Amino acid sequence: MIQFSEEQLNKVSEIIARYPEGKQKSALLPVLHLAQDVFGWLSTETMDYVASLLKIEPIEVYEVATFYTMYNLKPVGKYVFEVCQTGPCMIQGSDDIIAYIEEKLSIKPGETTADGMFTLKAAECLGACGYAPMMQMGKYYKEHLTKEKVDAIIAECRSDISVNN
Amino acid sequence: MSRKLLLENAHIEGIRYYDVYRKNGGYRSVEKALKMTPEEVVEEVKKSGLRGRGGAGFPTGMKWSFIAKPEGVPRHLVCNADESEPGTFKDRYLMEFLPHLLIEGLIVSSYALGSNTTYIYIRGEYAWIPDILEQAIAEAKANGFLGKNILNTGFDCEIYVQRGAGAYICGEETALIESLEGKRGNPRIKPPFPAVKGAWDRPTVVNNVETLAAVVPIINMGGEEYAKIGVGRSTGTKLISACGNINKPGVYEIDMTISVEEFIFSEEWCGGIKNGKRLKACIPGGSSVPILPANLLLKTAKGEPRMMNYESLADGGFATGTMMGSGGFIVFDEDQCVVKNTYTLARFYRHESCGQCSPCREGTGWMEKLLLRLEKGQGKTSDIDLLWDIQSKIEGNTICPLGDAAAWPVAAAIRHFRDEFEWHVTHAAEAQT
Ligand SMILES: NC(=O)C1=CN([C@@H]2O[C@H](COP(=O)(O)OP(=O)(O)OC[C@H]3O[C@@H](n4cnc5c(N)ncnc54)[C@H](O)[C@@H]3O)[C@@H](O)[C@H]2O)C=CC1
Ligand SMILES: Cc1cc2nc3c(=O)[nH]c(=O)nc-3n(C[C@H](O)[C@H](O)[C@H](O)COP(=O)(O)O)c2cc1C
Ligand code: SF4
Ligand code: FES
Repeated sequence: MIQFSEEQLNKVSEIIARYPEGKQKSALLPVLHLAQDVFGWLSTETMDYVASLLKIEPIEVYEVATFYTMYNLKPVGKYVFEVCQTGPCMIQGSDDIIAYIEEKLSIKPGETTADGMFTLKAAECLGACGYAPMMQMGKYYKEHLTKEKVDAIIAECRSDISVNN
Repeated sequence: MSRKLLLENAHIEGIRYYDVYRKNGGYRSVEKALKMTPEEVVEEVKKSGLRGRGGAGFPTGMKWSFIAKPEGVPRHLVCNADESEPGTFKDRYLMEFLPHLLIEGLIVSSYALGSNTTYIYIRGEYAWIPDILEQAIAEAKANGFLGKNILNTGFDCEIYVQRGAGAYICGEETALIESLEGKRGNPRIKPPFPAVKGAWDRPTVVNNVETLAAVVPIINMGGEEYAKIGVGRSTGTKLISACGNINKPGVYEIDMTISVEEFIFSEEWCGGIKNGKRLKACIPGGSSVPILPANLLLKTAKGEPRMMNYESLADGGFATGTMMGSGGFIVFDEDQCVVKNTYTLARFYRHESCGQCSPCREGTGWMEKLLLRLEKGQGKTSDIDLLWDIQSKIEGNTICPLGDAAAWPVAAAIRHFRDEFEWHVTHAAEAQT
C-alpha cells in the first residue's frame, strides 16, 4: 500500500498552500519529488495516489512524470551516477569517465548493476561546466572527476559510508 | 581591476547567513525602496539601463512598466533559476554563496511590481540549493523583511521555492509558467507576454536570478550612478561563467569595459589557455550563441578589439559576430574538435526539445544523426549541405526560440569551420579513431 506518513501529508498540505486557492495541481512537481524520495521511484500506484491527493486525473500525473527526466519510472540502484556528457564536460574528458565507470561496474548507461547498488546514466549539462568532468549523485554533485576519484566514490558507496560531502 | 557590485562580499566568511550579510550592508535596499513608491522603484531600474541577464537582454525597467494592473487581480514575480544552458553556472554561484542578495533583490522587486506571492523556480538538479534559499528566506522573515507588514509599511510578501525536475525547456519563461502550474513544460505562444497573462492567467514578470540580484546595487546607488558603469547600452556589471580549456575556470564579475583578450589571458580572469596551448575558438554566451574562431573572437571584422559587452560581441551580426547571451563562456584549445562539440550540442537540443513544433522536433533529431555520422567519419560532403539546409529551415519557424538555439550553433560551426567538417569526410579513416 502506497501511503504517506502523517508528517509527509502535512508537508503536502504545506506545499499546496503556496499556490492560489483551487490551483492545487501546481503542487504536482514538488509532491512527485516527495513521493520519489519516499518510495524510491514512481510506480503507477504511486502516481495514482498523488493524483488522488491533489484531486486531479491520473493522466495529468502520468503526463508530467513522463516529461521530466528526474522522475524515475522504474526502480533504480541505491546509488545513481549521472555523468554529464555535454560539450564543456566532453572537452574535459567526460567520455573517458563514462567508459571507466562502464568498465568498472560492467554496466552501460541506463543500466543497473545486478546487485542493485549502482545505476549509470549519461546526463546533459548540469550547470557545473567549470568544474568538469562531473556527475550528480543523489542530491549532490561530484566535480573534477578523475579515475582515482571515481574509484574512491565507488569504494565509499560499497562500504556504505555516508558519501554526501 | 574591474568594479564588483554583486560578488563584492562573496569571499566573506559566513556571508550566506543573515547576521553576517546584514552587518555588511545587507537589506539596506529594502529599507530604502519601501520608503519610495513602487513607481519610483521601477523608475530607478529604468534609469539604470539594466538589461535582462537571462540571455535576451530585454530592458528590465521597461518590462516592469508593461505589467498589466487589472483591478482586483493578484500579480506575481517569478525568479527564473532554471539555469540549464550549457556553459552557464553563474546563477548557481550567486544562490549558493550569496542567497541573501537574491532574496533582498526579490523583496525590492516584488514591492515594485506589487507581487505578494513570489516564486523562485529552480532547476531540479540543483537539489541542495533550495535548502540554502529556504534558510535565507526564513532568516529574512524572522527579521521582519518578509511576511506580513514588512517594516511596518503594510506591504506583505512571501517567497516560495519550487524545484523543476529536469527539463531545459522550463527555462523558457512560458514553459516555466506551465511547469509552475503543474504541467509539462510546453511553451506558450507569445504574445500575450507573461507581463499581461502569466501564471494562472495573472500578470507575471519572469526575471533571471542575476537580474534580480542587480536590483540591490541599483537601489543602493541609484539608477543613474549604476548606468555610468559599463559602456553604451551595456550598463552595470555582468557575471560570466568561464569554462573549457582555460587555467582558471569559474564565475567572474566584469564591468563590460574589458576586452575579450584581457578576459581570456589576464591573470585576473581566465588566466590563459591551459597547458600552454593555443586558443582555437570560443562560445561566449552559452551553447546557443554562435561559436567564433580565435581571430574573429579577439577582433571584430573591422579590426577593432572585441569587448566583453552586448554590442561588441554582437558586432558583425551572425556573419562575423556572436552574442552575450547568458554569459556562459566556453573556451576551446587547438586540440578540440568542433564537429564533435557541435554533435554534443545537437544531441542536447534534441533531448530537450518539447516536441510541439515539427521543425524543432524533427530537425534537432536529424541534425544530431548527421553530425554523429560526420563525426564518426561515415559522412558525405552532401551531409554538410543537408545540415546547413535543415538548420536554416528551423530558425524562425517555431513557437519558442529553442529551435533557433539548436540551429545557430550548427550554422556557426559550418560557417567558420567548414574545412573541419570536410576533413571528417575526406579523412574518414582518421576521423574514425
Ligand atoms: N540562461 C539560460 O540558461 C538560457 C538563456 N537563454 C536565452 O534566452 C533568450 C530567449 O528568451 P526569450 O524569453 O524567448 O526572449 P524574448 O526576447 O522573447 O523576451 C525577453 C523578455 O522580455 C519580455 N518581453 C519582450 N517583449 C515584451 C513586451 N512587448 N511586453 C512585455 N514583455 C516583453 C519577455 O516576456 C521576456 O521576459 C535567448 O536569447 C537566450 O540567450 C536561452 C536558453 C537558456
Ligand atoms: C529554451 C530557453 C531556455 C531558457 N532558459 C533560461 C534560463 O535557464 N534562465 C533564464 O533566466 N532565462 C532563460 N531563458 C530566457 C527566459 O525565457 C526569459 O527571457 C528570462 O527569464 C527573462 O529574464 P530577464 O529579463 O531577467 O533576462 C530561456 C529561454 C529559452 C528560449
Ligand atoms: S521550438 Fe522546440 S522546444 Fe520550443 S515549443 Fe517548439 S518544439 Fe518545443
Ligand atoms: S557541460 Fe557538464 S556541467 Fe555543463
